[in-house]
Amino acid sequence: MENNVIVVTSGKGGVGKTTTTANIGTGLAKLGKKVCLIDTDIGLRNLDVVMGLENRIVYHLVDVIEGNCRMKQALIRDKRHPGLYLMPSAQTRDKTAVSPGQMVKVIEHLKDQFDYVILDCPAGIEQGFQNAIAGAQRAIVVTTPEVSAIRDADRIIGLLEMNGFSQMDLIINRLRPEMVKRGDMMSSDDVVDILGIPLLGIIPDDESVVVATNQGEPMVGGSSPAGIAYSNVVARLEGQEVPFLNFEKSISFFSRVTGIFHKA
Amino acid sequence: MTWFFFRRKSSCQVAKDRLKILLITDRVNCSPEIVELIKRDITKVISKYVKIDTENMEVQITAKKGNSRSGKAPVLYANVPILDLQKQERRFP
Repeated sequence: MENNVIVVTSGKGGVGKTTTTANIGTGLAKLGKKVCLIDTDIGLRNLDVVMGLENRIVYHLVDVIEGNCRMKQALIRDKRHPGLYLMPSAQTRDKTAVSPGQMVKVIEHLKDQFDYVILDCPAGIEQGFQNAIAGAQRAIVVTTPEVSAIRDADRIIGLLEMNGFSQMDLIINRLRPEMVKRGDMMSSDDVVDILGIPLLGIIPDDESVVVATNQGEPMVGGSSPAGIAYSNVVARLEGQEVPFLNFEKSISFFSRVTGIFHKA
Repeated sequence: MTWFFFRRKSSCQVAKDRLKILLITDRVNCSPEIVELIKRDITKVISKYVKIDTENMEVQITAKKGNSRSGKAPVLYANVPILDLQKQERRFP
């Protein structure tokens, strides 16, 4: 399969790369795909806790690279979703333990066994980023509608272009429709206009994300706004055409209905 | 209600305006210090021929329509008010 190695990146930290990786991975597995998630943030591993798999780590990415274990031993199978595997990162090492060449080798080995290999990229543009993008063919850039996150996303897109990426898609995370409506937050159209890459999804700011992270269970497929938005992202990755949720409209309708009850 | 009519630009618009300038300078890899150096050199060169108002002079990098990712291309914009053309007349009588 072409372009099945995807890196999730953002430049700025804390915009939702790991949450996005966990949800896209879980969502694809729910559709029956065989998915391998790789946490490339060496020294600060997080994807395992977001997935709720932190108690099952024996070996990790650096063990594989250094030959301390076989590839299969480091892959954690998520029992809740057949076909979903996680390659955790090392917590006690740092990014210099891995080189881009070694990452390419690991991915070469994995990509024929899986429908999708998804890499969770660390924040920043240093070696960790170079490692994460080395073996990938396409990228998902995550940003929030804030000046700092958009600026970093633009820089990342520039760097990805320089590294020969032709397929880059945008996920706008933590959008707050009521703030957009007030004119206090950039809309998804504004962000797409500025960054100039195709939109893959809009994820509304949603408390269920915090709850899901607390429980270690991604919310994709659930009925929360973010869960629905992530399901749509997964469907779009699979080539389906799903219209973007129009939060502005749905919220105004919702508040109008509740508004009537409040008055009454 | 009157404040509504005199309301300032929305913070969304402010963010967009700031980003536009910011990303253009980021993309051409041109820091404010470099723009300042360009400004100084332009002042030096033009001052050889005419007397200019350095106080109110503007040099900045902005965007015009182009064919890059965002549909814009960077341009160097300079607005140099001339105080006195005398210098020039003396030079080329």
